[in-house]
Amino acid sequence: MVSSIYLPEPARILDVQEMTTLEKLYTLEFLGGRPLGHKPGQFVAVSALGIGEAPISISSSPSRSNGTFELCIRKAGDLTGVLHQKKAGDTLGIRGPFGQGFPLKKFQGKDILFAPGGLGLAPARSVINQVLDERGKYGRVTILYGARTPAELLFKDELKEWEKRDDVDLHVTVDQPDDNWTGNAGVITTLFAKVSVYPRNTVAITIGPPVMYRFVLMELLGKGIPETNIWLSLERRMKCGVGKCGHCQINNLYACQSGPSFSYAEIKAVEGAI
Amino acid sequence: MSLKIIPKEKMGEFVANMMGAYRVVGPRQKEHQFMFGPIENLDQLHLDYNTTILPPKKYLLPQHESLFKFNADTFDAELTIDDQPTVILGVHTCDLHAIQLLDQVFQRDHLDEHYMARRENTILVGIECLEPCDDHSFCKSMGTLTPPTGCYDLHLTDIGDSYAVDVETEKGAWLVVRHAQARDADDEDYKRINNILSEKWPRFPYKLDFDVGELPALMSVSQKSPLWQQLGEICLACGSCTNVCPTCYCFDVRDKVDMSLADGHRERFWDSCQLDEFALVAGGHDFRPSRAARQRHRFFRKGKYQTDAYGLLGCVGCGRCGRACLVEITPVKTFNELYRQRTGGAR
Ligand SMILES: Cc1cc2nc3c(=O)[nH]c(=O)nc-3n(C[C@H](O)[C@H](O)[C@H](O)COP(=O)(O)OP(=O)(O)OC[C@H]3O[C@@H](n4cnc5c(N)ncnc54)[C@H](O)[C@@H]3O)c2cc1C
Ligand code: SF4
Ligand code: SF4
Ligand code: FES
Repeated sequence: MVSSIYLPEPARILDVQEMTTLEKLYTLEFLGGRPLGHKPGQFVAVSALGIGEAPISISSSPSRSNGTFELCIRKAGDLTGVLHQKKAGDTLGIRGPFGQGFPLKKFQGKDILFAPGGLGLAPARSVINQVLDERGKYGRVTILYGARTPAELLFKDELKEWEKRDDVDLHVTVDQPDDNWTGNAGVITTLFAKVSVYPRNTVAITIGPPVMYRFVLMELLGKGIPETNIWLSLERRMKCGVGKCGHCQINNLYACQSGPSFSYAEIKAVEGAI
Repeated sequence: MSLKIIPKEKMGEFVANMMGAYRVVGPRQKEHQFMFGPIENLDQLHLDYNTTILPPKKYLLPQHESLFKFNADTFDAELTIDDQPTVILGVHTCDLHAIQLLDQVFQRDHLDEHYMARRENTILVGIECLEPCDDHSFCKSMGTLTPPTGCYDLHLTDIGDSYAVDVETEKGAWLVVRHAQARDADDEDYKRINNILSEKWPRFPYKLDFDVGELPALMSVSQKSPLWQQLGEICLACGSCTNVCPTCYCFDVRDKVDMSLADGHRERFWDSCQLDEFALVAGGHDFRPSRAARQRHRFFRKGKYQTDAYGLLGCVGCGRCGRACLVEITPVKTFNELYRQRTGGAR
């Protein structure tokens, strides 16, 4: 039988969790039962037939997959608006996983510094939980997470768990605190003063909106972390996920193929990447 | 593989015979221009055309094509694969080179079954250009004045009262054996072909001021050229240039549903990196907001990125984009200006 790289495979929604007013977490399982078989940092293309398709990061870690996978979807437009109306039992179309994940093997033995901002925690969580589930393979683990307001914090239960663990150093900040907020206030870069790293043995993973990267990169480079050890994930418009449609191209690089995760060393000379 | 001779008066029969077994398309006249279209009788076929508005690419990657049909309620989906046997007659060598690039793009890494089904069921019959098609083409500079090996099935050369037919593949051989009255080329034919091919060469002008082998390197050092800003200021972002280009293949995808809102299909359609919203994402961030950056992207794809990725040029010198552009942005002027900026024009 002829198949097609563009044909989505049906997956059932097992659970929908409202995380904030804008983001929902979906637990999915392929109808055929096959595991997704992804690496942390990869993404899938999610379809609602009749509406369209969008690239969405895989938010669960392979270590916790159990035949299912999780996507954290922000309501941002037409398609994601329709996805937000879907309920447990509904079917979505999935293609993928696509892209290169983060090269976790290379990170073994290193201290890991995560610096996700906003929705960037969704893909970062896939890496964080994988690292925590293989905790012994890595050195010190630090997580710096910034959101705009306390109400916009994602994965609040997990933040609490990470907070409790003594083998994880978690710092959370919000740009605009409310009256009940007792934690850090200010943008994510204000957290960097709170952590000390041994730069040569540190891998930093930062995922967030384009505006965040310039400032976070300055902090990471300022701490002396080598460019090859600084990793980020680049968002681009994507229409195929397989290196054909041209939309995700950053100069000569296809974000869907050689990314979306890149080391800073790979992309610093690529104009327009950051 | 082999060289055959088909007398011109037997061409009608050849084409008529193949029409029984294949959809046959070829260059047809449309007012003062030519376009590839279905050939239903031999009078419609103009093998001596200059150039076509759109390249034959449209038979391998149509402007709009369904990828699959679906029912949104039941999630039933059925692939749309177009594998109707087709003969494309009279493809110029520049367009053959372009198809060679498309073949790489749609086969490499992830096989695109929709393109491949068409491609595998298509017989490409090229034709040798003996005169430059017009002032815009620059095939000689791009090295596309002769056909690429391993791309066409048959290749015709007009040798006066007959066509010499270079039979390159089994598919091509079959078409000839089955449908044509052809004979093997003899010494006399070889002499004629040889003369025609060597005489044609000086008729074609070089248009680039430098060797095309230097183009990727020239692009590398032209990232910051002021030319991009100048092109950006005049470009209308209309997308005509990419629309007519035989090597452009970027596409967009959308779902179409009928009145029931359940039955529909997902289609892909040609897109253009020159359009304002090509790199725009939700939230309003645009990764290539200026026309200058988009022009630069287009010419870098033509002059460097495709060569880096596939070892083939991203521009085959057909001249269509220059012909289509209302503000006269052309690859020849662009590449030559970049060269002038680097070297002051010295050779
Ligand atoms: C690698 C990657 C990972 C992502 N991960 C997540 C995630 O985990 N959670 C999440 O909520 N969002 C994620 N996004 C962003 C998400 O893809 C967009 O929010 C979504 O495409 C918006 O679609 P829409 O139809 O709702 O919005 P509209 O604004 O209506 O979209 C209009 C059109 O633009 C396209 N488009 C808009 N933004 C993007 C974009 N960023 N990338 C590709 N195409 C786009 C859509 O396909 C659509 O056809 C990710 C994007 C990328 C590239
Ligand atoms: S055809 Fe000319 S004006 Fe139109 S997008 Fe191309 S370069 Fe710009
Ligand atoms: S860039 Fe212009 S000249 Fe080159 S192949 Fe495309 S249409 Fe032809
Ligand atoms: S998403 Fe189509 S080429 Fe990358």
